[in-house]
Amino acid sequence: MSVLIIADHDLGKLSPATARIVHAVAELGPIDVLVVGENAQNVASDAAQLAGVQKVLVAETASTTDTDLAIIETLAQSYRYVVQSAGSVGRDRMPALAARLDLMPVTDIIEILGPNRFVRPIYAGNALQTITDNQPRHILTVRASAFRAAATGNAATIETVESPTASVARLIATHRTESDTPDLSTAQIVVGGGIALGSAENFQLIERLAKKLNAAIGATRAAVDAGYAPNDWQVGQTGKIIAPDLYIAIGISGALQHLAGIQGAKKIVAINSDPEAPLVKLADAALIGDLFEIIPQLIDELDKAGVR
Amino acid sequence: MKILVAIKRVVDHNVRIRVRPDGSGVETQGVRISMNPFCKHAVEAAVQLGEAGHGDEIVVVSIGPKAATDVILTALAMGAHRGILIETDTDLETLAIAKLLAKVVAEESPDIVLLGKQAVDDDSNHVGQMLAALTNRPQATFASEIKVVGQQLEVTREIDSGRETIAIPLPAIVTADLRLNTPRNAALPMVMKARSKPLAIRPVAEFGVDLTPRLTVEKISPPPERVAGKTVGSVPELAAYIAGEVSQMEAL
Ligand SMILES: Cc1cc2nc3c(=O)[nH]c(=O)nc-3n(C[C@H](O)[C@H](O)[C@H](O)COP(=O)(O)OP(=O)(O)OC[C@H]3O[C@@H](n4cnc5c(N)ncnc54)[C@H](O)[C@@H]3O)c2cc1C
Ligand SMILES: Cc1cc2nc3c(=O)[nH]c(=O)nc-3n(C[C@H](O)[C@H](O)[C@H](O)COP(=O)(O)OP(=O)(O)OC[C@H]3O[C@@H](n4cnc5c(N)ncnc54)[C@H](O)[C@@H]3O)c2cc1C
Repeated sequence: MSVLIIADHDLGKLSPATARIVHAVAELGPIDVLVVGENAQNVASDAAQLAGVQKVLVAETASTTDTDLAIIETLAQSYRYVVQSAGSVGRDRMPALAARLDLMPVTDIIEILGPNRFVRPIYAGNALQTITDNQPRHILTVRASAFRAAATGNAATIETVESPTASVARLIATHRTESDTPDLSTAQIVVGGGIALGSAENFQLIERLAKKLNAAIGATRAAVDAGYAPNDWQVGQTGKIIAPDLYIAIGISGALQHLAGIQGAKKIVAINSDPEAPLVKLADAALIGDLFEIIPQLIDELDKAGVR
Repeated sequence: MKILVAIKRVVDHNVRIRVRPDGSGVETQGVRISMNPFCKHAVEAAVQLGEAGHGDEIVVVSIGPKAATDVILTALAMGAHRGILIETDTDLETLAIAKLLAKVVAEESPDIVLLGKQAVDDDSNHVGQMLAALTNRPQATFASEIKVVGQQLEVTREIDSGRETIAIPLPAIVTADLRLNTPRNAALPMVMKARSKPLAIRPVAEFGVDLTPRLTVEKISPPPERVAGKTVGSVPELAAYIAGEVSQMEAL
């Protein structure tokens, strides 16, 4: 047994991030996937379909920091690698797991060079660190956006594992963003809006364009702080890391903390009134002008061009 | 209640850093240095808890070179009562930092430990979680709101699906996100007063923690550069560009 991947899931669905983690670590050894959650059978059967997975382990209990850690710590003894995506759950659990096992974790990996050599960004992606990890076991988080998804069609076995006693933490409330747009971290197209939108109502222009392109929606910290967009849309050093084929940045200056989140984007389009904005300087196609005039026209033109 | 805040001295977040051509690291000589922004939010949260009657004593600790007294003074000027510098000139790994902080927690027995969720230089996002594991205290990471309710903390966390509010028993560890509060700028009298507050400087060796690195950094390299931007002249041109990209994706 070699690699244990901790599945990410939400609302009874396996996160698209996990398929990418499975693919990312395929070379490291045979893979088991652990699912911790109530009513996790659907998630487990999704995970069992991923190519490269040997076995899916299911712990039927609410996933919280301390319960997850207790389960993973016991299982970790039989694996060389414990890996989770660098989302908010992996970031919360993996460093704590590593400390319990007296190991240094390697986190936010964007490239795997060998069994113990990894590349991770530092300074908001303005430098890349190549790390050799000579510890006997490796606790890793991997950025899903940097890898492609594993194929499906597998039928791995599903086993139940023991769940420990209740958590000390009590969930009081969840505030989730209702939206039928694709998952931001793994989306193929992302439309992002900045503070220039001016209000939550105006931000719906971004949502209209996103809908047109079947794209996920991103926002800058400034737009989130101002209340124009929910926090889970924030892209950047402190938000989500994205690597779409196409990123359309509208009314966004391109502060380095925002750029930290979009370095993996293949093509970047910028719409900005300022020709000197940093994002305009690195866009593959930039249009200089007022976003309030441009977006409605753009939606019409895309209609005419028969996009979707 | 006693609150401990861990703060880190980093290259200022506005500095566009330069990777040394020999791959040995990032140029930190002669660049602007300041308190890690996330740590500022942690200090502000501690001071606000104090103002609300939940913090009789706020202790700040930083691990780093002598120059890190600057960030401790900033925190003292913001309203913390006492500072500790654990002095070292070597860069330590997050596990070593967490082990040192665990020693401070054992000495000080704080009810709440506040940290930044990440430091903007190494972007690790480790230390709070590791400290929670080492001290066996519950953790609430990525906090955008903290309330003391009896012997519990109610913390709203920013997570991938939005936000969640959890209750955890004290003593506890909390890491601060940016929307937690707006850090104050200390007024001049507070800055003057900070200099007279107690600040203990203690050599790292005093703590008896094994600081040997576990990882080897082979090299630090610059990220691949993007080709310089191009502009298009009109909305139809832009639409054609986007339509072209979309049809290429569908072809895949
Ligand atoms: C520690 C730290 C972490 C951070 N993390 C993040 C992060 O994760 N993500 C993030 O995004 N930011 C982050 N920030 C904030 C970041 O530094 C910037 O402040 C932010 O990204 C700016 O957002 P913006 O581009 O919307 O606003 P601005 O920088 O104000 O840019 C607005 C742009 O809109 C253009 N504009 C104005 N009006 C129009 C119009 N009518 N039509 C077209 N264009 C127009 C302007 O020319 C300008 O370029 C962080 C900051 C710190 C200190
Ligand atoms: C071999 C080796 C090479 C290294 N190379 C480099 C390098 O090239 N450049 C470089 O900058 N660093 C380097 N380091 C240092 C090291 O990576 C980090 O400084 C250390 O791991 C802390 O990471 P972080 O600040 O990102 O922690 P995070 O987990 O992101 O920090 C979260 C929070 O923990 C607290 N915290 C973190 N550090 C301290 C501290 N020192 N004192 C008090 N509180 C703290 C703060 O509240 C902070 O907000 C190297 C280390 C080693 C062992």
